[in-house]
Amino acid sequence: MAQVAGGEIRFILDGKTVRASHLAPTTTLLQFLRDRLGRTGTKEGCAEGDCGACTVVVGELAGERIRYRAVNSCIRFLPTLDGKEVVSVESLKAPDGALHPVQRAMVDCHASQCGFCTPGFVMSLFALYLNQDGAQRHQIVSALTGNLCRCTGYRPIIDAGRRMYDYAPPPVWSREEAQSSARRNALRALERGTSLALDAAPGFHAPTGSDELARLYAEHPHALLLGGGTDVGLWVTKQLRSLPMLIYIGNVVELQVLREADGVLDIGASVSLTDAYLALVARYPMLAEIAERFGSPPVRNAGTLGGNVANGSPIGDSMPFLMVLGATLRLRRGERRRELPLESFYLGYQKKALEPGEFLEAVRVPLPRPGRLFASYKVSKRFDQDISAVCGAFAVDLEGGRVASVRIAFGGMAAVPQRAPLTEAALAGKPWSQQSVLAALPALERDYTPLTDMRASAGYRLLAARNLLRRFFLEQDRATVAPCKLEQVAGVVT
Amino acid sequence: MTQSTLTIAGQPVAHESAHLHVSGEAVYADDIPLPADALHAALGMSTIAHGRVRVLDLEPVRAAAGVVDVVTAADVPGENNFGPVLHDDPIFTDAQVQFAGQSLFGVAAVSYEEARRAARLARVEYEELPAILDVRQALAAGSFVLPTQVLRRGDPQAALAQAPHRLRGSLTIGGQEHFYLEGHVAVAIPQEDGTLLIHSSTQHPTEVQHAVAHALRMPFHRVTVQCRRMGGGFGGKESQPAQFACAAALLAHRTGRPVKLRLDRDADMVMSGKRHDFLVEYDVGFDGQGRIRGLELMLASRCGYSADLSGPVNDRAVCHVDNCYFLEHLQLTSHRCKTNTVSNTAFRGFGGPQGMMAIEAAIDDIARHLQVDPVAVRRANFYGVAERNVTHYGMTVEDNIIHRIVDELEASSTYAERRRRVEELNAASPVIKRGIALTPVKFGISFNATQYNQAGALVHVYTDGSVLINHGGTEMGQGLYTKVAQVVAEEFQLDLARVRSSATDTAKVPNTSATAASSGSDLNGKAAQAAARTIKERLVHFAADKYAVPTAAVRFEKGKVHVGERAFEFAELVLEAYAARVCLWAGGYYRTPKIHWDRKTLSGRPFFYFAYGAAVSEVALDTLTGEFRLLRVDILHDVGTSLNPAVDLGQVEGGFLQGVGWLTSEELWWDARGQLGTHAPSTYKIPAAGDWPADTRVRLLERAPNVEDTIFRSKAVGEPPLMLAISVFHAIRDACASCGEPGARPALAAPATPESILNAIASMTEAAAQLRQVAAGGRG
Repeated sequence: MAQVAGGEIRFILDGKTVRASHLAPTTTLLQFLRDRLGRTGTKEGCAEGDCGACTVVVGELAGERIRYRAVNSCIRFLPTLDGKEVVSVESLKAPDGALHPVQRAMVDCHASQCGFCTPGFVMSLFALYLNQDGAQRHQIVSALTGNLCRCTGYRPIIDAGRRMYDYAPPPVWSREEAQSSARRNALRALERGTSLALDAAPGFHAPTGSDELARLYAEHPHALLLGGGTDVGLWVTKQLRSLPMLIYIGNVVELQVLREADGVLDIGASVSLTDAYLALVARYPMLAEIAERFGSPPVRNAGTLGGNVANGSPIGDSMPFLMVLGATLRLRRGERRRELPLESFYLGYQKKALEPGEFLEAVRVPLPRPGRLFASYKVSKRFDQDISAVCGAFAVDLEGGRVASVRIAFGGMAAVPQRAPLTEAALAGKPWSQQSVLAALPALERDYTPLTDMRASAGYRLLAARNLLRRFFLEQDRATVAPCKLEQVAGVVT
Repeated sequence: MTQSTLTIAGQPVAHESAHLHVSGEAVYADDIPLPADALHAALGMSTIAHGRVRVLDLEPVRAAAGVVDVVTAADVPGENNFGPVLHDDPIFTDAQVQFAGQSLFGVAAVSYEEARRAARLARVEYEELPAILDVRQALAAGSFVLPTQVLRRGDPQAALAQAPHRLRGSLTIGGQEHFYLEGHVAVAIPQEDGTLLIHSSTQHPTEVQHAVAHALRMPFHRVTVQCRRMGGGFGGKESQPAQFACAAALLAHRTGRPVKLRLDRDADMVMSGKRHDFLVEYDVGFDGQGRIRGLELMLASRCGYSADLSGPVNDRAVCHVDNCYFLEHLQLTSHRCKTNTVSNTAFRGFGGPQGMMAIEAAIDDIARHLQVDPVAVRRANFYGVAERNVTHYGMTVEDNIIHRIVDELEASSTYAERRRRVEELNAASPVIKRGIALTPVKFGISFNATQYNQAGALVHVYTDGSVLINHGGTEMGQGLYTKVAQVVAEEFQLDLARVRSSATDTAKVPNTSATAASSGSDLNGKAAQAAARTIKERLVHFAADKYAVPTAAVRFEKGKVHVGERAFEFAELVLEAYAARVCLWAGGYYRTPKIHWDRKTLSGRPFFYFAYGAAVSEVALDTLTGEFRLLRVDILHDVGTSLNPAVDLGQVEGGFLQGVGWLTSEELWWDARGQLGTHAPSTYKIPAAGDWPADTRVRLLERAPNVEDTIFRSKAVGEPPLMLAISVFHAIRDACASCGEPGARPALAAPATPESILNAIASMTEAAAQLRQVAAGGRG
């Protein structure tokens, strides 16, 4: 096992290397910025990655470029920033004190009132500014779905997202300067030949290869595997849990692989949700809405599809569609690898078919099959960045107008995401018609016994599940001419 | 003074802190650097809704890592209370637990994390008692925090009996979490001679000062409370901050060390009060045009375990059940229900929105029953200008402009044409249904309690001609400091850069009122203007004397002072005045004229004037899931002569969307044991950027100076726009109604969550099915 003397975390901030050691590995980036560095511009609003007041931008080398993405600093453990660049709201002003175009736009559009959420909005817009030259309204809104503002109503902030492109490029943090060789070199200088290990309790290891990870996890089967930390972060900041040793998988090269081969899209366990959904939507365009409504950009930039799957929350939005698409999981323990259908992975609430020391290497998603009817829908109180009350997915293959195969799965309807075998059976072999669908609906109530909680009542969940199946039929049916989804009328005003 | 003569006030200048907000340099209470010996505090909370504490074993807390001090009710040297009105809010509860989340003890530790960890280690045993959790249970049990009030005008029973039409209805209206982005925080720093400096995120520094002084048994002059800015308030930091400041102050007082108490988001949402949820029942009689002949109305609100501000909140609900409508024969019953839940408190609108929701539901029901456009029914009931203009609490509406606003908005939004189009589209669209609604707002401005309608300010002119302002109002994002600076700059005719506001501070301007009731700029703007005018007058007399011109020949204009034929830089004249020993600072004071209110009889003139507005909203809803989208909103809102159109537009838009959240996605959910399940943004959903509709046409009403002598004829703007969101609720109701038979009245509960919307649709299809059964039975 590779060890590094000192166990020191190093990252770039304002062109300088910041070194941190002797810190609990669960120290968050937000705590470090505010308490250690006195950079209090970044705020804590919720400590769970839901309000965005803590948003910062993280840069890392991706080939010849630096990839900059917004993340929530409140749930981001500091050691996961090792080797990266951190940009906080204090970083943006020019050396002469002039505001960055993003900041100027926010002032000129009257986009701050109480100002507490403002640094987070500035950083989300800054990430957009760095990543594209000009943005349409829906792209701006999408970039801001992880930031809550209670004062403005958002209109002036959205305006600022347009206006920020109207100013001359600033001396620092223009799109060009952000990719300067000086910045790339500074990041390269941080690359370590070995993997990071920190001794401070409870211990932290960041292996760089799958073999190393397998060895390490076999030696420490009680360690906690850490991916994006968008859930584990909350165990610390909200539940005040003491964690076991952490093994961070974000640096494992093999787990970052995203490739298509032999009719399968192979998504490495540490591929971010952002990248995973880009690849999925490219192949399954009907997943665009699920992709958009999954968390927020900072959550998707940090969180991983592998983490979403391995965490196994009953309300995770990826699992229903992965199940109906027949996704499998590649699991590894020591030298042994095996492949398991996703639907066999969940044994019960928070119980998974994982052996001690076994970890997820990749989620394997079959590529689209011609003629297959497929959709996934989510229902929540708020359109953006909300947790589903119900999330359903449907895949139907037809032969001669009859249902040759059908897979239906729901999240939010049981202790784990799961398929609807009785409803599937009620549809199998039947003509694909409204009548067949209506006849199959009662089976849903035998497939699921949902709970009542703060997101919805059991009765609503069952009704919504039935109606999502009805919507699936309507949407696929050529006879349907009237709109059956809000997306078809949004923006169409009388 | 009219708009045209203003040069600095009335301009859409940026918020005075905008450049600090965007660069992260604006300092909030949590950002103030602490001395090295500072401690961090956390509170231990009850886990049951009602009962007695049998055992409170704090040894594990004391023994926890980093802990320096632990306090309970027994350690409070003075009054163990932070309640502003009835003194029924313990800082730490003694033996009696009255809601889940009630403060049992406080702990100070060397770090924030250690304090929070320690606070969870207490061993508590309870004797649990049956809990009353909601309004219906409280009504059944006769459980009230204050005695029920009845307001009666005319002969409602006779009017109801004689009315050509009569309907009964009910409505539940949910509460609302403030969700200011900055949670509650207080820093207490011991100073020399037993005095205390407190940085509190508060809308009411004076009340924090008083509560701390009472708790520590100190005279008020030993406690100084400062607040430069809040990260949002919305009423949630009116009475609530006192509890957290008292706990921090007690721990600081005992340990002699600075103590910061910052609630994490979950604790904040569990421990602090919210908007009152209401149950409304009505019995309304009306004629064929929909004009209301008689109305019996019951309002019942969930106040929680204590009175807090529930008396005045419910009074304001009572004063707003008329909205824009003349209610000649009315009986209004107001129940203030006591429940084993957190004590509800002020929230933007302060009961007014709930009162308006009640009457708007009745109006909508009338329109649906008569199968006429709800706007026609609204118009039929509007207050007249010269007649039918006395409110049910006896105040004459002297400034009615709702007719003009609704006329202009109805035309500019092409409401009638769009209503027809909505109906056409719905006829051909079985799944997606549209709805449209126009609703008006009339909101009374002033604190109902007359004594709070006063303010003070302090204006300093330094010898370089720069100006510093201090006043009793607090800055929570609403732009108060900006507006007051504009007022003072206008008076002196100085560039805004020469005028600066300093943090609100009980040591500078004392005995202040809460920055609340939308009154901030009305009160503090006038007080600051008075101070500036005092100084100006001294300068005028000095210059007139010195240069032997009549006082009328001394004019302040564009940074200069003209004295007869001479012109001086402002700073030049100021320096001369200083040398001549002219006092260059002044206090200013203002009290609102004309107002009076009798809380017992619920009558008087509680409001100096009214602010008006109206909105048209159009929605589409998915009848399969109950989800909806706001497609377009048109708003026309009255701010009198605006002090700052950019700030005012921000208040209108922000207030509107906050109201939309209240009535749609923001659902507070308690479990059967009274535990709040929605205590974080993961479960409590305020509007996000995508909820602002793509098509918005928001305008401030032009050429509409306040008829009353307010600061530069402006109007208050903080609260009224929130109620424009009632148009969204009624657009949803309209869309739901299109799923039923003509005349059907959807039972839509607020908030209109997807579940609530499907329930409303189901209520009509069930009602329709029943009707059909009856009809079929009749034929058979």
